Amino acid sequence: MQQKDFLIHYGRQFGTLIGLLVLSAILWILTPYFLTVSNLLNIAQQTSINAIIAVGMTFVIITAGIDLSVGSILAFSGVVLAWAIQVGIPLPLALLIGLLVGLVCGLVNGLLITFGKLPPFISTLGMMSVARGAALLFTQGRPISGFSNTFRFLANGEILYIPTPIIIMIFVYFVAHYLLTHTKLGRYTYAMGGNEEAAVLSGVNVRMFKTIVYGLCGMLSGLAAIILTARLNSAQPIAGMMYELDAIAATVIGGTSLVGGEGTIVGTLIGALIMGVLRNGLNLLGVSSFVQQTVIGSVIIFAVLIDMALKKSKK
Amino acid sequence: MNKNFKLEMRKICKIFPGVVALDNVDFELGEEVHILLGENGAGKSTLVKILSGAYQKTSGQIFLDGKEIEIKNPKHAQDLGISIIYQEFNLVPHLSVAENIFLGREPTLMPGVLNLKKLYNSAQKILDDLGVEINARSLVKDLGVAQQQMVEVAKALSLDARILIMDEPTSALTEQEIERLFATIRDLLKKGVSVIYISHRLEELFEIGDRVTILRDGKYIGTHRIDDISKPELIRMMVNRELKEQFPKKKAAIGDEILRLQNVEKDTVLHDINFSLYRGEILGIAGLLGSGRTELARAIFGAERIDSGNIFVKGKQVKITGPRSAINLDIGFLTEDRKCQGLILNLSVKENICLPSVDRFSKLGVVNRKKEVEAADFYINELRIKTPGMYQKVMYLSGGNQQKVIISKWLCTNVDVLIFDEPTRGIDVGSKVEIYELMNKLIAGGVAIIMISSELPEILGMSDRILVMHQGRIAGEFSAEEATQEKILHKALGGD
Repeated sequence: MQQKDFLIHYGRQFGTLIGLLVLSAILWILTPYFLTVSNLLNIAQQTSINAIIAVGMTFVIITAGIDLSVGSILAFSGVVLAWAIQVGIPLPLALLIGLLVGLVCGLVNGLLITFGKLPPFISTLGMMSVARGAALLFTQGRPISGFSNTFRFLANGEILYIPTPIIIMIFVYFVAHYLLTHTKLGRYTYAMGGNEEAAVLSGVNVRMFKTIVYGLCGMLSGLAAIILTARLNSAQPIAGMMYELDAIAATVIGGTSLVGGEGTIVGTLIGALIMGVLRNGLNLLGVSSFVQQTVIGSVIIFAVLIDMALKKSKK
Repeated sequence: MNKNFKLEMRKICKIFPGVVALDNVDFELGEEVHILLGENGAGKSTLVKILSGAYQKTSGQIFLDGKEIEIKNPKHAQDLGISIIYQEFNLVPHLSVAENIFLGREPTLMPGVLNLKKLYNSAQKILDDLGVEINARSLVKDLGVAQQQMVEVAKALSLDARILIMDEPTSALTEQEIERLFATIRDLLKKGVSVIYISHRLEELFEIGDRVTILRDGKYIGTHRIDDISKPELIRMMVNRELKEQFPKKKAAIGDEILRLQNVEKDTVLHDINFSLYRGEILGIAGLLGSGRTELARAIFGAERIDSGNIFVKGKQVKITGPRSAINLDIGFLTEDRKCQGLILNLSVKENICLPSVDRFSKLGVVNRKKEVEAADFYINELRIKTPGMYQKVMYLSGGNQQKVIISKWLCTNVDVLIFDEPTRGIDVGSKVEIYELMNKLIAGGVAIIMISSELPEILGMSDRILVMHQGRIAGEFSAEEATQEKILHKALGGD
């Protein structure tokens, strides 16, 4: 039984994993430098921000929703966090404030969707603009720069030779995987996305749990903001542009269905890594950034095409 | 080849990976209504899907007017004059009736420009010839189920269908609408259209069918004239076991009052509802579609708020604010629409069974997965749910087994009151009996059941007491002994 459970849940991820390995093998042949420890760590580090945002996106998309505001929330959380640090609020409290800003933005999204009955696309599209505007207003459009080494350790430090962002990312993935597979929230996330009406009639408090999911997604954007701000040693009100699309791409490549009710955290991690490996590989090969965009877009389309073909053949 | 038959299928086999869906099945169709009968999974749908071009046969031969043909795809089937109306209609809700009828074949003035006048006039002519009062300009979404079905029939006729396949056409229709449909089918016969008719409802087969072909487990069992065969014989051929009774009703000891409704009102749908429900009884609720039966169930379950009135559970007055509070009061609700409201199709059997009980299985939000697995395992065995395992997605289960999953999910919450809305709709005869036996077992255990049904034989066969609803009111109450089909219908239609 247990084994069957594993196969049903991760059969799809297996395919994506093979895709990742094939891609890596090709890059290794093309450029031997690809498969060095320092480059692999580099990839993981660069992937970490998108990977963390994509976790929240995965929850949201499994409920059959979408969150277009993650990039803007990241920017807003980042500038508030930077301000908090610079006015002398103790670092742990400042970090908490950064997370809270993300959480609150996410909860507002959730409330608009559940109580306001707005389609997620609309409410998060609005939030995308509101949070961006708030970030610009808050800083008068100027970046806030220069932080202590303690804070910057969150992006540039190493624990046992492993860069801190990677450790944070791994921690987030463990917790998220546990949430999705072992908790009530996880069960209800799938149920709401699979059939909202049936979930309501099964006694699931859909409004509350959906709001929580959007709150979680916003909070993870806040976490990503901490890492990004620490890495750049600067909080930019225009940070995080188009991050929502990268997160959606990682989620979808990872096998989460936009229709809802299906998806895994492991898949999303692989999806995010595929995007990271691809960017890194194209950089190593000296491919121009214009071409890179085109290649990455094509890979997204290609991945989903294959996924749909596989699903069809299973029927 | 026998020239008398329009269509002949010889030794048709269809093999899916791991499953032989059809094993040397023969079928022939003349100028007649030919019933295709069998339990779920017997191969009826596979057979007609081969005819309609949705599936390709693995082997065998198909003859149309004595000529051997290969049906390549649905379009090809249409060109050959074979049309199919599925249980779930293929209509575009936001388009007009006429646009639906001619979808993909719209008359044009020049390439790309519609000839709207011709479109509406031809559609209206087909509808008028059919004798149905539908305006070709109305939007499909504004039509009732029966009318939508007529649009499907009109669409088939517009394709010059000579063979019309209908898959469970009456499952969502009221008695009057079924009569209308049958009249239409008889009319079609006169126009030279032969009909292949799939149904579970034995009663109607005798009314509309000329011959019947029975399939079981993908095998051909036999073809008979309807006049030469009896209901018990048909059932035996379908399930290969003698069904002593279609309704194996066993009485249980009637216990304490468990639910009472007092002067319950809901604007326009429920008026002055008063009744009590006792442990160990099945309370049947009959009434026409739109009489307020389903609304009553939804009100008790908290899916809809009532405007006024009192509800008592186990003697205590309660306020039911939503499904969660009803579940906490040990009330469960099996909706009439299993796929849209009862199940989460892309989740597993286990997850569906455990969904309303997740609370009970969790501590501080963390689910005890061992308890979930145990519960799912228990109910799969207890209710004999046919599934390859608890991790199978429920969408791949048959209707009867899906219904058992829903029953399990409520049993798992320790229900005292279980409301069944159309408990056996679209379920084959064998599984129906299993569901009834489950009901017996439940009431023997002290559960009270409210059973809403459009099928009077079911109401009469299983209820201890029967309420009849008409226009949101309880129009009559009968004990099982005094109730007859005529009395119930009389009340349901508003007679005193």
